[in-house]
Amino acid sequence: MSAINNHPLLLLHGIEPLLPDNASQIRDRIVSSIYQHAEEISSQVVSNEKAWKNSLDFKLDNILTSRWAGFPIMILLLTLILWITISGANYPSQLLALGLFKLEGYLLHLMTAAAAPAWLSGVLILGMYRSLAWVVSVMLPPMAIFFPLFTLLEDLGYLPRVAFNMDNLFRRAGAHGKQCLTMCMGFGCNAAGVTSCRIIDSPRERLIAILTNTFSVCNGRFPTLIALATIFMGTMVSRAYSSIIATLVVASLIMVGILTSLLVSSLLSRTLLRGIASFFVLELPPFRKPQLGQIIIRSLLDRTLFVLWRAVVIAAPAGALTWILANSWIGDSTIFAYMAAFLDPLGKIMGMDGIILIAFLLGLPANEIVLPILIMGYLSAGHILELDSLNALGKLLLDHGWTWITALCVMLFSLLHFPCGTTIYTIFKETKSMRWTLLATLLPLALGILVTIIVSQTAQLLL
Amino acid sequence: MIKAAFLPGPIKNPQPERSNFLIALAGNPNVGKSTVFNRLTGLNQHTGNWPGKTVLKAEGTFSYRNHHYKLVDLPGTYSLYANSADEQTARDFICFSRPDVTLVVCDATCLERNLNLVLQILEITDRVVVCVNLLDEAERKLIHVNVEQLATELGIPVIGTTARNGRGFLELKNTLHDMVSGKIVTQPRQVTYDQELEILISKLENKLAPWLPEWLNSRWVALRILERDYSILEHIMISRKPEKLSLQIIQEGIALCLQ
Repeated sequence: MSAINNHPLLLLHGIEPLLPDNASQIRDRIVSSIYQHAEEISSQVVSNEKAWKNSLDFKLDNILTSRWAGFPIMILLLTLILWITISGANYPSQLLALGLFKLEGYLLHLMTAAAAPAWLSGVLILGMYRSLAWVVSVMLPPMAIFFPLFTLLEDLGYLPRVAFNMDNLFRRAGAHGKQCLTMCMGFGCNAAGVTSCRIIDSPRERLIAILTNTFSVCNGRFPTLIALATIFMGTMVSRAYSSIIATLVVASLIMVGILTSLLVSSLLSRTLLRGIASFFVLELPPFRKPQLGQIIIRSLLDRTLFVLWRAVVIAAPAGALTWILANSWIGDSTIFAYMAAFLDPLGKIMGMDGIILIAFLLGLPANEIVLPILIMGYLSAGHILELDSLNALGKLLLDHGWTWITALCVMLFSLLHFPCGTTIYTIFKETKSMRWTLLATLLPLALGILVTIIVSQTAQLLL
Repeated sequence: MIKAAFLPGPIKNPQPERSNFLIALAGNPNVGKSTVFNRLTGLNQHTGNWPGKTVLKAEGTFSYRNHHYKLVDLPGTYSLYANSADEQTARDFICFSRPDVTLVVCDATCLERNLNLVLQILEITDRVVVCVNLLDEAERKLIHVNVEQLATELGIPVIGTTARNGRGFLELKNTLHDMVSGKIVTQPRQVTYDQELEILISKLENKLAPWLPEWLNSRWVALRILERDYSILEHIMISRKPEKLSLQIIQEGIALCLQ
C-alpha cells in the first residue's frame, strides 16, 4: 500500500469528507434537475403535442398489441408471408432448375469433348455444379420473396409490437422480453441472431437467448422445409390447396420452434441459469412509411445475395466432397455407403435413414446444403435421374422409401439439431466459453433425436 | 438565421490547418441515428425499425468542403450515467476520445425526453451540434418544433432534419464544417442544481482542478464524484500512469478510500 501514499489517490482522501452520505439521493436530485430543465426548454419550443392520442398510429397500436387480437394477427401475418413465399416461389424454382440442369448436360458434353478424365468431370459437374444448381434453384426464389416481405415488416416497425405481445410469455419462461427480437433475427440467420443477443444486458438472460436461438428456423432451413412440405404434405390434397397445406405445415413448424424456444428457456432458467427475468422498458417506435425501393434493393443485395453467396461458397466444396465419398470404393462398397450403413440403424429408429443423417452431418457448414447432399447421396446409390423439378425430387425420395412420416421427421430434425458451423463459431465468440458452446450444440441435437424417435415410433404404432 | 445566435468567433488556429476531424454520433435509441449515419457517410446499409438494432459501434468517413470526417456511431442511450455497458461506452467516447463535434440526434416527436441526453452531453463538452430528426413524422402528428428558439435556449447550433429523404443535411454539413473550423462559438446552457449541491460542486471543483487535464470539464467530474462514481478518476489515473501503477492497485486504492 506504500505506493499509494504519495499518489494522486490521496486526492480522494481529501475530498471524501466533503461528500454527503446518501449517494442515491444525490443522483435523484441531479436527475430531477436535468428533467426540469428539459421540460422547461421543451415547453417553450414544442407546440401541439395533444393531437397524437387521436392519431391513426395510436389506434393501430391499440389493436396490434391488444390482448385478444395481438396473437391472431401475428399468426395470420406469418402465415400470409409464408403462403406468398411458397406459392410464389414454386414456378420460378422449376424454371431455374430446368435451365440450370439443361446447362449441366451441355457442360458434361463439353467435358467429354475435351477428353477430360471421368473423375474430373465427376467432381466438377456431378459434384460441385450439381449441388450449386440445387442451392440456387431451391433457395433463390423463396429468399427473393421472403426477405423483402420480412424487411417490410421490420421497416414498418412491427417487430417491437411482436416483442410487446410475446413479452409476457418470455418473462414467464424466465427470459428477457427482448429475446423475441433476437429470435426474429434468428429467422434470417442464427449467427446474426446470436450476435444480436448483445441487446440483452443481463448475462444470464443473454445466455438463454443465445442457447435457444437455433430454434428459430433460419433462412438456410426454410427452403428445405418448404420443398419437403410441398412434396409430401401438399400432395395429400388436391392441387388447388397444396400450397395452403404446405404453408400451414411450415407455419406450425415455426410455431413448434417458438414453443421449444420458450420451453427450453424455461427449463434453463429453472436449472442451469437460475434467476428471475429482469425488468425493461420497451419503446414502441412509431410506424414509419416503409421505403419500398430501398427495401427491395437492400433486402435483395444485402440479404438474399449475401446468404446465397455464403451457401454457394460452402456448397461447392461440400458437393465435391460428397461426390468423392460416394465414388471412392473400398472393397465392393463406397465410403459413403459404409457411413450410411453405419448410421442406418440410428436413422431408422428416428424415422429416417443413414443417408439423411450423413446429409445433416456433412451439412454442418451450412444448413442450405443438407438437401443437395441428400439428393447426391441418393443419386450416387445407383439411380440415374434427371432432377429438374420438385416432382422428380419427390419421385427420388419415394423410391428410397420415404413416407410423409419420414418427411415430418426430417423437418423436425431440421428444426432441432445442432446449429450450423457459422453459428457455433459465433456462439463461441459471444460466450467465450467452450462449455456453453458445447451445450448450445448438444442440447438441440439431443432434443431432436428424442423428438424424432417419439414421433416416428408413435406413428408406426398407430399406423 | 440560426447562426445569428452565436458570436462570430475569431479563427483561433494559427497552427497548420487541420483537415481531419472526429465526430461522435449520439442520441436516444430509435431516433433514426443509423439513418443519419448512413445519410452522412453514404453507407447504404438497410436499417430496421426497432430499438437496440445497432449492436456494434459503427464507423464511417465522409468528406465535405475539403474537410475529412470520421463519424463514430455510438450506441443509443437515454442517459450517460454509466448504468449499462452501452451508456459507459457512449460516455467514455464523448469524454475521453475528445471528438471535435458530438452530433446529438433527437426525435422531434418526443423532444423532451431527448433533451435530457443533450443536457447531459453539454455538461461534458461544449462542442455539440443538435440535429432534430424525424421532422416529417412530427409534422404528421401536428407537432411543431421551433428549431431557432431551441438553438438559442441551448446555446449551440440546432438543425432540423428528415434523414430518410435528406432534408436539412446540407445545412447540417455546413454547420459541422463551421464548427470544426472554429467559426461557431457555442455558449452551452448549463443545468443549475439546488443551492446545497452547487456549493458542494464548487468546493469539489477547486480540489479537483489541479489534478484534471485541462480539456476535462471539472464541474462534470465533480458531479460524478458526488454520485460516488469514481470511474472517471480511475480512467484518468490509469491514462496518466504517474508511477506505472497497475490497474489493480488503483482499484484497491479507490476501494480503500470508499470505506
